[in-house]
Amino acid sequence: MILLSDYTFQTVALGSCLLGVISGVLGSFAVLRKQSLIGDGVSHAALPGVVMAFLLTGSKHTEILLFGALMSGLMATFFMISIVKHSRIKFDSALALVMSVFFGFGLVLLTYVQKQPNANQAGLNRFIYGQASTLMQRDVILMGVCCVILLFVVLLFWKELKLFSFDPAFFNILGFPTGKMNLLLSSLIVLAIIIGLQTVGVILMSAMLIAPAVAARQWVNHLWTMVTLAATFGAISGVGGTLISSLSPGLPTGPVIVILISAIAVFSLLFAPEQGIVYAVFRHRKNNIKLKTEKKGGIS
Amino acid sequence: MTPTAEIIFVAVLVSVSCALPGVFLVLRKMSMVSDSITHTILLGIVLAFFLTQDLNSPLLIVGATIIGVVTVWLIELLTKMKFVSEDSAIGIVFPLLFSIAIILITRYAGSVHLDTDAVLLGELAFAPFNRMILFGVDIGAKAIYLNGILLLINLLLISLFFKEFKLVTFDPMHAAVLGISPTIVHYILMTMVSLTTVGSFEAVGSILVVAFMIGPPITAYLLVDDLKKMLLLSGGFGALSAILGFYFSLYFDVSIAGSMAVMTGFIFLVVFVFAPKRGLISILIRKNQQKTEFSKDTMLLHICNHMNDSDMHEENGIATIYEHLGWDKKKTNQMMQHLIEEQKVQIKSDVLIPTEYGQEARDVIIKKIFG
Repeated sequence: MILLSDYTFQTVALGSCLLGVISGVLGSFAVLRKQSLIGDGVSHAALPGVVMAFLLTGSKHTEILLFGALMSGLMATFFMISIVKHSRIKFDSALALVMSVFFGFGLVLLTYVQKQPNANQAGLNRFIYGQASTLMQRDVILMGVCCVILLFVVLLFWKELKLFSFDPAFFNILGFPTGKMNLLLSSLIVLAIIIGLQTVGVILMSAMLIAPAVAARQWVNHLWTMVTLAATFGAISGVGGTLISSLSPGLPTGPVIVILISAIAVFSLLFAPEQGIVYAVFRHRKNNIKLKTEKKGGIS
Repeated sequence: MTPTAEIIFVAVLVSVSCALPGVFLVLRKMSMVSDSITHTILLGIVLAFFLTQDLNSPLLIVGATIIGVVTVWLIELLTKMKFVSEDSAIGIVFPLLFSIAIILITRYAGSVHLDTDAVLLGELAFAPFNRMILFGVDIGAKAIYLNGILLLINLLLISLFFKEFKLVTFDPMHAAVLGISPTIVHYILMTMVSLTTVGSFEAVGSILVVAFMIGPPITAYLLVDDLKKMLLLSGGFGALSAILGFYFSLYFDVSIAGSMAVMTGFIFLVVFVFAPKRGLISILIRKNQQKTEFSKDTMLLHICNHMNDSDMHEENGIATIYEHLGWDKKKTNQMMQHLIEEQKVQIKSDVLIPTEYGQEARDVIIKKIFG
């Protein structure tokens, strides 16, 4: 109980909770649009932006580094979309290439920075694996502000986002600009990913985006309930992960959060009513028996 | 060999042996599977290390390869049962396995030299330090032999099963009918991918393996249509980016593997923009030409349609026609110039009138559209 009133714990838990909410909400749209891997791509692609921002400004303020990450994330998204639009290369190949090349460029910049005379650069690679414990109050305030903005935009465009996620062709026929909507949604997702970098790092961020949404999708059939449930799952694993990793020293927070949210996803995949694997097997068997008895009845 | 030559040699071996299985990944639309394998092999290495307590044990390679194949199997299991789409399945499976690996490392392997950096980022510059010693004689860097053997295995598998790989990649149904099991071929390929990843991570780090697996093949994919040519070209591009990347890193004193990945991206970008048939420039030129052709045809049809109407002066008048086509004046004038130059229309007292040649051209267009 002492832990719960601990200042550091409160800060980190609040940060992870906010991250869970944001990624749950936006991840739902990414998963429904079958673009969930964009999270993986963008988060890897954010690395050169972080280092570049440091190189240009010499500052290690989270806002500036994350702004750099945002820029390179958006640039990578633009590259991916253009490659797919102007060639016969499929989305997944474009994603894999852009992501790994950007990450490689990030490493090049990182090694370049490390050879600079000022030793101020330590800690830049916390963005690779994420270090939730380095979250400070101002970072959490930044996350809170972004969270409010993102949620506001999502609520504002709720109907449009809903239609666009489920039936983009109909969305286009009604006269809405599909391209602009795609750009808006991608930018929102990129922003959500960037916020998560500090907590879970570039490699694990994709799970934060996908797992809550996949888990929520198993239980409900409405977008509104799905988004709410995904946000709840995200928040629970954020706070729970922080709690577990604070209780047992040596456990890194980011991976624990990811394991928790993955466990929720796996549990939902297995045991959710209607759509769960266990239920599906059970129903299959029941149908089989029913079919057999009916067949017998028909012949005799 | 000098250390520099050894590093370049290893780099070329790694990038060529990554590019070969990559060709099939790209063609089978499985690029992101390689991304997940490259992350999860970390778990295999960690687990095998706990079993053997030896970082140089060949069991590490076996363990990592098995985990790589298991990853693919798990992704397929989730996708096949139709509960989630393939991208979501990938996005759930690999972060889970990867987080387990990171927790195991930080929790239990803190005291030994097994860190995530070494697996994920790799360091090619250390390759010459690890020597292969046979009967007390130093016969070169260990990485040369390891990656050389991997390249040989890949070459051997591809040339042995070339027909099977090709058929399963392009027409799995047909392959199944002929008695070639797509599943077996698929898993041979996946074993190849994980083995290559495991062999390469020490040199270039597992994340950048993706760049060498996907980059050269999609670059080649923009240039050729033949599987054999694509394999050859991918190998060539891989080797080229390895060599260019090495000198780039030497010049700027930065990460070798990172530079190689950047060069892969750079070569792709150059080909993407300048490729003769599928490059950005030639596509834009072609699109522009098609647009002009289409506009010219539209204008000609419009003029022919209205040539005997009572309001012909209004519809086909050189000052008013743009309103009826719904174009701006500049475009209308350009198209008019084109048509006059081609002698399809002529101007008589400020009205456009089709020539006989123009009317023949109209018939050709109508035939082309309506058959």
